[in-house]
Amino acid sequence: MTALRALLVRDLRIALRIGGGAMMGVLFFLTVVTLMPFAIGPDLALLRRIGPAILWIGALLASLLALDRLFAADHDDGSLDLLLMGRAPVELAVAVKGLAHWIATGLPLVVAAPILGLFLNLEPAGLGAVVLTLLVGTPALTFTGLIGAALATALRRGGLLLPVLVLPLTVPVLIFGVAASNAAVVGPVPFGTPFTILCALTLTSLVVGPFAAGATLRHGME
Amino acid sequence: MSSTELLGPHAVFIVASYAVTLLVAAGLILWVWLDHRRQVRVLAELEARGVRRRSAEPPPASATPPADPAAPVKETAA
Amino acid sequence: MAWIDLANPTRFLRLVDRALPWLTALTVFAFAYALNGAFGAPDDYQQGATVKIMFIHVPAAWLGMFCWGMMTISALGTLVFRHPLADVAAKAAVPLGAAFTFVCLVTGALWGRPMWGTYWVWDARLTSVLVMFVMYLGLIALWRTVEDPTRAGRAAAILTLVGALNLPIIKFSVDWWNTLHQPASVVRVDGPAIHPSILIPLLAMTLAFTLLFVALHLAAMRNEILRRRVRTLRLLQAQGARGA
Repeated sequence: MTALRALLVRDLRIALRIGGGAMMGVLFFLTVVTLMPFAIGPDLALLRRIGPAILWIGALLASLLALDRLFAADHDDGSLDLLLMGRAPVELAVAVKGLAHWIATGLPLVVAAPILGLFLNLEPAGLGAVVLTLLVGTPALTFTGLIGAALATALRRGGLLLPVLVLPLTVPVLIFGVAASNAAVVGPVPFGTPFTILCALTLTSLVVGPFAAGATLRHGME
Repeated sequence: MSSTELLGPHAVFIVASYAVTLLVAAGLILWVWLDHRRQVRVLAELEARGVRRRSAEPPPASATPPADPAAPVKETAA
Repeated sequence: MAWIDLANPTRFLRLVDRALPWLTALTVFAFAYALNGAFGAPDDYQQGATVKIMFIHVPAAWLGMFCWGMMTISALGTLVFRHPLADVAAKAAVPLGAAFTFVCLVTGALWGRPMWGTYWVWDARLTSVLVMFVMYLGLIALWRTVEDPTRAGRAAAILTLVGALNLPIIKFSVDWWNTLHQPASVVRVDGPAIHPSILIPLLAMTLAFTLLFVALHLAAMRNEILRRRVRTLRLLQAQGARGA
């Protein structure tokens, strides 16, 4: 197991040093959420109603932002081939890289969400719901995005495919994430129902993502 | 007098803002101080390992040192 | 001490080492005096005691804008005059500016809650300061992405100059648009509109904050110069030219 832990630590250190992409996701998230009220207008009641949707779309785009570069650096300097040939199964190695990406990019989004919720005038109940659903939902976004990241590295111009391929896959996560956030505030449905489905989606993505990405890398490499 | 009479009904907001300001100021001071200590330590390590800056050496007869943003611009004939 | 003499980092470091202790002492004294004045000041007839938040909100806002103005001058120093310490000054100032703008936004929101009933409203003044804060973070991200300090300095200088357009918008936002935010009451055509009993502590706090900023900025610049020397030494070591 130490090999995988070393990989995790290495990836986190790369993400956090100068030039790493750790804080880029949060900055993108902050910018997208700040832009929305400029377009929608300063009407606080309206912003409060669509607040969860804005936060979720911002988080979705932010976490997919740097994904196509996930394997690119390793592909360029050859460490990806080492990973593929290594004793540790490719799926686990890919899952560890996904976990490192989630810690460096996904977690800061969850931390930043409450502050941005204030900008959208969300009341505490709605804010808590959004943060909780984001905490559970962002891993699903990252692990579903792994497939796109693997494709982006395997194919020559795969990077462009990422949004087109991965976004439809993340639609269920988005639907239930926003549904749960709204259920906590308005919805007739109790918060628990959509939330448990969201958890189920995340767990599925934790399995499907690495296997699909591993297969793509193993067979698809040019 | 408890802080509420002194600071009126909204005392919590006043105390909170002063607390935030104190926190940020202390954070900045700490960051600058720790960073200074770390840089000095690393410089000492490099110095100990014999890595000299060109200007700290007797001027070599070889070509003038390449443009180096950190080294002094014009080393006066001190 | 001609301005050009400051261009020599070694001489600048000596200056900072000499001046910093005095500056720190002066800052501590200024804060002691200003805080004592702030808490002695009477309550506002409308806002009650919450006016005490003004004593940190206004200086923080002033520093946020002052820092960007100072960075704009450094940007000119980098792009036009090629002053070697200009981008060091700019890079050292960015985190300070971001921190004080953050304090301004937070204390404003905490003041807004009791007085306006909400932490945030999309008002011209608040929005333009928020835009400045996002630009500060953008600059920090830029400095943390580009490895080579000279290239990063040039890119940051250009971004700072573009961002400087936002400063007049912040200053005059309260006059151009009908805003919930208080119009200018200190820097005004016909003089400050605040009673001396609150104005004096406010000016004292602003001075204290500015001294704190200058002290932090000099120290941060010293760190930045040392950091560049470490980087140069490591490059030298890597070349093995001088390595032991």
